Amino acid sequence: MSMVRQVNSSKVTGQRPVEAEVTGSVRLSNVSKVFGRGNSAVRALDRISLDVPPGEFTCLIGASGCGKSTLLSLVAGLEQPTSGEVSVSGRVAIMFQEPALFPWLTAAGNVELALRARGFGRAERRQRTAELLETVRLGGFGGKRPHELSGGMRQRVALARALAQDADVLLMDEPFGSLDAMTRDLLHDELDRICAGRRLTIIFVTHNVREAVRLGDRVVVLSSRPGRVVDQFAVPIGHPRRIDSAPVAELAGRITDRLREEMTRHDR
Amino acid sequence: MTVNDPGSVSAYADESLPAYAEKLAWLEALEAEPSPDQQGRRFATRAWASVWPKLLAIVIVLAVWQLIHVSGWKKEIFPGPAATLANLGDQLRTALLWHAIRTTVQRAVVGFGLAVVIGTVVGALVSRIAPLRAAVGSLITALQTMPSIAWFPFAIILFGSNTSAILFVIVLGAAPSIANGLIAGVDYTPPLLLRAGKMMGLRRFSLYRYLILPASLPAFVAGLRQGWAFAWRSLLAGELLVEIIDQPSLGVLLTNAQDQADMESATAIIIVILILGIIVHTLFGLADRAIRRRWGLTDTM
Repeated sequence: MSMVRQVNSSKVTGQRPVEAEVTGSVRLSNVSKVFGRGNSAVRALDRISLDVPPGEFTCLIGASGCGKSTLLSLVAGLEQPTSGEVSVSGRVAIMFQEPALFPWLTAAGNVELALRARGFGRAERRQRTAELLETVRLGGFGGKRPHELSGGMRQRVALARALAQDADVLLMDEPFGSLDAMTRDLLHDELDRICAGRRLTIIFVTHNVREAVRLGDRVVVLSSRPGRVVDQFAVPIGHPRRIDSAPVAELAGRITDRLREEMTRHDR
Repeated sequence: MTVNDPGSVSAYADESLPAYAEKLAWLEALEAEPSPDQQGRRFATRAWASVWPKLLAIVIVLAVWQLIHVSGWKKEIFPGPAATLANLGDQLRTALLWHAIRTTVQRAVVGFGLAVVIGTVVGALVSRIAPLRAAVGSLITALQTMPSIAWFPFAIILFGSNTSAILFVIVLGAAPSIANGLIAGVDYTPPLLLRAGKMMGLRRFSLYRYLILPASLPAFVAGLRQGWAFAWRSLLAGELLVEIIDQPSLGVLLTNAQDQADMESATAIIIVILILGIIVHTLFGLADRAIRRRWGLTDTM
């Protein structure tokens, strides 16, 4: 696919203060995923090649049905590609659109379970849980159950739980999609702050173009049915960014045009 | 004594400073949280709210009963509430009824306990092992539809007329429901939670212990509740069918009443059985409500 533009990643990641020992990276080469067989077969992803270098914040954007979530499942190892190769270095954690918290555990219990799965002892779990809840600014809410928290707070707990897995690669599947604009805006700032202090490689799926430009070092545009990489945009805007700032709006406008072009081509 | 009463001020002034500080702290604590007295009153209001519908139901039943009695339908054999309750009061003063209650409750506990253990083990195995599930899954559902009273001839021939026969039928009646409850709970564990758990690194045993089992809890409790209903029915049927004369049980007392055409005693024993059933039902209701509140499935906080 000649359309894939290679982005100079070192230049891009230079905008965000990232420490040197970032290890997580993802490489997809010619990955296809077909669901079903015969006539009812659906090609969700078609020969996707994507390179996410260590420390990069990559946003995937596309209309619904472009296989964004399938792509994340492949990277997470929850599904296997039909053809092609997915290689991931480092531990992977995932955040879904739903917080997917366990309703029988408190906020702290949810975070602690991730630490337990990694084999930490009781005292260390306690301490790390408290730190992580503090990181997502939920210091006083450890004892609350998920249903007692607001939607934004639940996603914060989910973020703390993902961070507890000490992953190198964090996959985020429209994590703020069901939140209101104000809460989302706040969580963007939080995510920036949290990423700044960690060695994280992030793949963030969204259908909100401005959100992608606000957060990403790079925005990858996918086409629908089957999902293909049709274009990529580096985001040469310094941090801190604002979702309503002129450069963000300008680039988002260009990406939206590209996306629209792709969708009308698809309709014909 | 009013606040402005100079006597009260001087009374404090006479006291040493630490005692005064202590009193002040006590007063502040009083303001901070509702006093035990207030809490007690709130509890009383809530208790009354849950009790009065039941009292009303009892009153309605007694009124209808009394009406039927007054109307004279089968007057010579069907006693009114007053005579029946007097009979119940008399029986409650005898050791025989308490002995019978103890025997029956003991059998219920042992039989249901066995059913819980067996049902849980079978349910856990069947839900996790695919070939076993194909083989045994539909068999469990078939067993569940079997009227347990049909097992008694089989059980009496197998074990003889004794407690083992009754326990056997209780287990056959209750265990399938309990197993099915657990299997349903495992099946309906939300896939998203399973994905989240697997991504966290929960595998096999830890996935079962920390995710699937707690996620199955509401369905499991529903299974226990249904299993209990089957166990209780099987038990009473068993006590009527399997004649164990030397051990007085509620079933034996009912049989005796029938033999002597003693309608008052028969009705009194029925009331005892009803009350025992309601008590256990209430316990399951409390467990269910506790879980629902914990999970945030109720509106009432």
